[in-house]
Amino acid sequence: MPRTVAYKTQIQHLSVLDENGKLDSKLGKDLLSDEQVQQSYEHMTVCRQYDEVAFKLQRSGRMGTFPQNKGQEAAAIGSALAARKGQDWLVPAYRENAALFMHGLPMHSVLTYWMGDERGSQIPEGVKITPLSVPIGTHMLHATGIAWAAKMRKEDSVTLTYFGDGATSEGDFHEAANFAGVLQVPCIFICQNNSWAISVPREKQTASETFAQKALAYGIPTIQVDGNDLFAMYLATKEAHDRARKGEGPTFIEAVTYRLADHTTADDASRYRDTSELDAWKAKDPLIRLRKYLENKGLWDDEKQEALEAKAKAIVQEVVKTAEEMPKPDVTDIFDYTFAEIPESLRVQRDTMRTTSLGQNPDQAGLGARAAR
Amino acid sequence: MAELNLVQSINLALAQEMERDDRVMVLGEDVGLNGGVFRVTDGLQKRFGEDRVVDTPLAESGILGTSIGLAINGMLPVPEIQFEGFLGPAYDQIVHHAGRMRNRTRGAVTVPLTVRVPVGGGIHAPELHSDSPEAIYSHHVGIKVVMPSTPYDAKGLLLAAIRDPDPVIFFEPKRVYRSYKEHVPEDDYTVEIGEAKVLSEGEDVTVITWGATVFQALAALDELPEDVSVELIDMRTIYPMDEDTIVESVQKTGRCVIVHEAARTAGMGAEIATILQEKCFLHLEAPVQRVTGFDTVMPYYKLENHYLPEAPRIKEAIEQVLAY
Repeated sequence: MPRTVAYKTQIQHLSVLDENGKLDSKLGKDLLSDEQVQQSYEHMTVCRQYDEVAFKLQRSGRMGTFPQNKGQEAAAIGSALAARKGQDWLVPAYRENAALFMHGLPMHSVLTYWMGDERGSQIPEGVKITPLSVPIGTHMLHATGIAWAAKMRKEDSVTLTYFGDGATSEGDFHEAANFAGVLQVPCIFICQNNSWAISVPREKQTASETFAQKALAYGIPTIQVDGNDLFAMYLATKEAHDRARKGEGPTFIEAVTYRLADHTTADDASRYRDTSELDAWKAKDPLIRLRKYLENKGLWDDEKQEALEAKAKAIVQEVVKTAEEMPKPDVTDIFDYTFAEIPESLRVQRDTMRTTSLGQNPDQAGLGARAAR
Repeated sequence: MAELNLVQSINLALAQEMERDDRVMVLGEDVGLNGGVFRVTDGLQKRFGEDRVVDTPLAESGILGTSIGLAINGMLPVPEIQFEGFLGPAYDQIVHHAGRMRNRTRGAVTVPLTVRVPVGGGIHAPELHSDSPEAIYSHHVGIKVVMPSTPYDAKGLLLAAIRDPDPVIFFEPKRVYRSYKEHVPEDDYTVEIGEAKVLSEGEDVTVITWGATVFQALAALDELPEDVSVELIDMRTIYPMDEDTIVESVQKTGRCVIVHEAARTAGMGAEIATILQEKCFLHLEAPVQRVTGFDTVMPYYKLENHYLPEAPRIKEAIEQVLAY
C-alpha cells in the first residue's frame, strides 16, 4: 500500500444555547445553575453598558482610542466562568474586558489605561491577569510561559489566553501553540474569531476552513464553539480546564463570534463591511438569547430588566467617575519604573528633565578649567 | 581555584546558580542533551534534569516569549539564543515586552530573565554567525546589556545578571570562548553590572573597548614604544554605561580611541564619543577616534579579518591620536 492515511481527524462544532434561547437539553443539563446564568447575564449587561459609555467618552474627547467589546461578551464570560479567580491566569488581548472584571481587574483600570495612563496596567497584587496587549499575538507566548512556570512549580493553575482570528496569522501564535503542545503546559488558547481583523475578513486571513484546525498541527485538542453561546463557551472551557488540571496539556477553542462595533473608535467599519452582515449578527447577540432563555425559564421580566439597566448605568457611572478623578500621574513615573534601580544617567535625566549636559555640571565638562585659564 | 576558559567559567556559573536557586532554568536550542553548540551548557541537563535544562523547539521568538511568561510567573529563565544573528526573530519579545513590562505596568509585572548570546566574529563561522548587535539593544529601554571578555568577569557578571530583577542580555564573545584560561574562583562572587574595568593605567591616551577586541587592543599595546602610556578600559557592561570611569580617564589623558567590532554608524562608539565631548570638552587634546567594523555587511570568513578592528588598525589610531 504505497498511499495510506497518515492522519485523519474532524473538527467538532459545539452549540448548547441557540439564537432563540433554546437550550440543548442533553448538553445543557446541570451545566450552569440558574444563579450563575442570571449573574452572567447581569455582568454582560453591565459590560455592554461599560462599552457604550466608553465609546461616548471617546467621542466626547474624554478618552483616547478604545476598542469596543460589544458582541463578544459570551465568549469572554463563558470561558472565564470555568476558570478560578486569583488562581488561574488570564492573558488577554483587549476584547475580553468582561472576563478580566470577573477575575478581579478593577473596572476603572481599563478606562484608566485607554485614557493614556499606564496605571491602568498596574495589576493589583493577587490578581492573576497580565496587562492588555495591543500588539497582535505576541502575548500568547507569555501565556505558554506562564503555564509552563505553573507546571514547573507544580501549582494547580491553568492559563487562559485570548486573541483574535487575525492573531493566528502571526508567527508568535504558531510558536506559542507549538511550545505549549510540546511541553504539554496547562494553557487554553481562546481564539475569538469575530470575522474581521480591522478591515480584513477571515477569508483573506486564512485558507483554513476553521481556525480550530490550526491547533491540530501542534498536537493540541481543538474545538469550534458558538462564541455567542455562554453555555457552550463554558462547557468547552470547563473540559479544557479539567484536562489541563489533569496534566493533559493545552486546548484550543475557536469561539465563533462577531464584532458588533468598529475595530476601535478610530475605525469606521462601514467602509468595508455590509450592513446586512452586521444586521444578521445583531440577531445572534449573546445578550438577546440569554435574556430569552431566562424569560423562558420564568427567571426574568421587563421589570427586572429595567432595574438591571438602571443598576448597570449606576455602576458604570461610578467607574467612570473613579477613572476620571484619578490625579495625573507623576512625570517621574516615566523614569522610575524603567528598572528596579535607576541607572545614574537616567537619574540625571529625571532630576533635571533635560537630556542636555551644559548647565548641569560645568566642572565635569572641563568648563571650570577654562575659567581658570 | 581552577584554571578555566570562558566556556567553562560560564558553565560553572550556571551550575552553581542552578544549585543555589531552583527557580533558575536553562532553555534554548540544543542546550540540553548536546550541551549547546559551543558546549557552554554541557552536563547541565544530566545534572539538573530535562525539566530545568530544556531543549526547546527551534524558534527564537518562542524561546524569548515563553521565557517572559516563565519570569512573570516566578521562574528565573536563562534562555540561550544560539548565535547573535538569530536574535532577529526574538527582537520583538526582548524589546517590546521584556524591556517594557516593568514600566508599562508601573512595577506590577516584572521580567527577571538573562538571555545568553554568543557574539562577534573571528571564528570562521557561517554567515550571520558573527555580528555584534550590542548597540541595538542598548538603544532600547529597560534592558541591561553586558559583554564580559574574561572568564573571571563572565562568572561574576552572569551571577549578577541572573540575580538582577530586570532583563539582561549577556553577550559572550565567541572568539574568546577557548582562547585562554585564567583562575576562576569556586566561590560565589558577582561583578557589578555597570562597572567598567581599567586593565592598565596610563597617562597619554585612553583606549575603550569590550568583548573580544580587548585582546586586539592588548596586542596593539604590545607593539607600541615602551614610553607610550596607555589607559586600557574594558567596559564589560554596555548599558547602563560606566560613564564615570571613562570620563575620569579621558579628563586625565585628553585623548581617546574607542574600539568595537560592530559597524561604526550609530554604534556604541558614537554614544561614547558624544559623552566624552559633553563631559571632557576642554580636556580633549585630539578628536576622539573610532576603530570599528566597517559600515558593511559583516563579511563571510575569508574577509572577516579585514572587517574586524585588528591590532594594527588600533595601533595606528593610537599613534595618530598621540601625534595630533
